[in-house]
Amino acid sequence: MERIAIVGVGQTKYERMKRGDSFADMVFEATSKALEDARMTIKEIDNVVTVSNDFWDGRTISSMAVMDACGAYEKNVSTVEGDGTFGTLYGMMRILSGSFGTTLVVAHCKGSESVSSLITNGMFDPIYQRALGLDAITSSALQAKRYMHKFGITDEQCAQVSVKNHGNAKNNPYAQLAMDISVKDVMASRMLSDPIKLFDASPISDGSCAIILASEERAKKIAQKPVWINGIGHCAEAYFLGDRDLAESPSLETAARKAYAMAGISNPLKEIDVAEIYDAFSYMELLWSEGLGFCGKGEGGKLIDSGKTQMKGGLPINPSGGGLSAHAVLVAGLARVAECVLQLRGDAGTRQVEGAKTALAHGINGPCGQSHCVIVLGK
Amino acid sequence: MEKWAEKVEELVHHGRIKVPYTWSVGEVGSRFFIELRDHRKIFGTRCPACKKVIVPARKLCGQCFRQTDEWVEVSHEGTVQTFTVVRFPSDVQPLKPPFGYAVIRLDGADTGMTHLLAGSDPATWRIGMRVRAVFKEKRAGNILDMAYFQPIRG
Repeated sequence: MERIAIVGVGQTKYERMKRGDSFADMVFEATSKALEDARMTIKEIDNVVTVSNDFWDGRTISSMAVMDACGAYEKNVSTVEGDGTFGTLYGMMRILSGSFGTTLVVAHCKGSESVSSLITNGMFDPIYQRALGLDAITSSALQAKRYMHKFGITDEQCAQVSVKNHGNAKNNPYAQLAMDISVKDVMASRMLSDPIKLFDASPISDGSCAIILASEERAKKIAQKPVWINGIGHCAEAYFLGDRDLAESPSLETAARKAYAMAGISNPLKEIDVAEIYDAFSYMELLWSEGLGFCGKGEGGKLIDSGKTQMKGGLPINPSGGGLSAHAVLVAGLARVAECVLQLRGDAGTRQVEGAKTALAHGINGPCGQSHCVIVLGK
Repeated sequence: MEKWAEKVEELVHHGRIKVPYTWSVGEVGSRFFIELRDHRKIFGTRCPACKKVIVPARKLCGQCFRQTDEWVEVSHEGTVQTFTVVRFPSDVQPLKPPFGYAVIRLDGADTGMTHLLAGSDPATWRIGMRVRAVFKEKRAGNILDMAYFQPIRG
């Protein structure tokens, strides 16, 4: 298969309320930064994939209203209404189809402009589940409790993820919540929906992220160092929560297996140098680490205890601070990809993992990680 | 970015999207809700391939991609597979916090059903506890005809 490169990335700073920017303003900023990073002009972009959600934007056909801002004039523009990792996948497929040489993928979301619990309630079907009032926090709490109960994962182990990621965020100029906190602070933070406490949860964020994908042939002509997509895998599981054992993530296991097979990875813990994974809540980093094969089933707690996922460990997870430190919904997965690109180019500043050669970006869609996308990136 | 905000007042526009929907429940869902409303009975449907009883009743077994072909009445009682105690309010919640959500495996079912948990002290709630459906007196043919699930003392 032809190789696809990522040749430019751009992000806005993630903030609780970007009152100074409309969503088109954010898209323009991220797009301009990605072009500048790639040292390309908008004329060299063959097509555009926006990543956006009509409910969050409060407007239908959310791609069309930002097409000025992402330079899609007289170009083909299409939308992924889902996480940015899936936008990456679609952008890549559009190049592989032979129709385009480059794709701009740009995600935006302003969580601050609506009411998150009402929007996320909308992901549940209106016949059997929505009237119960479930939302992202309460449904994830059901998963967290089930996972922790089944494998004896403790509140303190989940809290350690929050401490690590908020600490890492101090090195990320784009992060929203860079904080020096302790396990005790997390444990003492306000209970939202047990076992999820305020500091176990990601913040409401506004922001945008853009990446530029290129075919191998086009990448040769682009000045920026290419980062290659060496493997990609995606998989979904049941929609109804009660059809799943929420303590495990078979769809992630499948997605990871596919991505690793494509990238020729047999021991992910050893072969991957840095991972950016979708931690909307602290427990997720542990559960997804299991699905990604960084540790055995039920060993997510032991993994964080071991220190391996700290900045100085063998496999730093979320040097950027992850979703816990900035969670613009849909954008978050694309930010994971952009952060991996910076790591592999050696451009990650004070959050740089020295000598990173292989990186993993991960994103989720649907309630409780119903669907996953795993991307293995290399120099 | 901060610079212009010193000179220009940052305006916001308030809005609200309010669109009425009429969602078709479909044959299987309608039968499920009619049984709930008229007879206080909870039904599942059985997949002909994996033989699992899916609750609430659904037309398809997603796992097998097969149409279910048998209606099976299940118990009002079941076991809590997971739960949470909600401490924050939201306009879409039907109960006032603190209240619970649970995934409940009803006796006779092979899947869990997500529903509300209430009616006793949340501090006593545990995974594995037994619960029973509490039906509303006035039922309208929707999922909230079961007001909530209540832990069974014993």
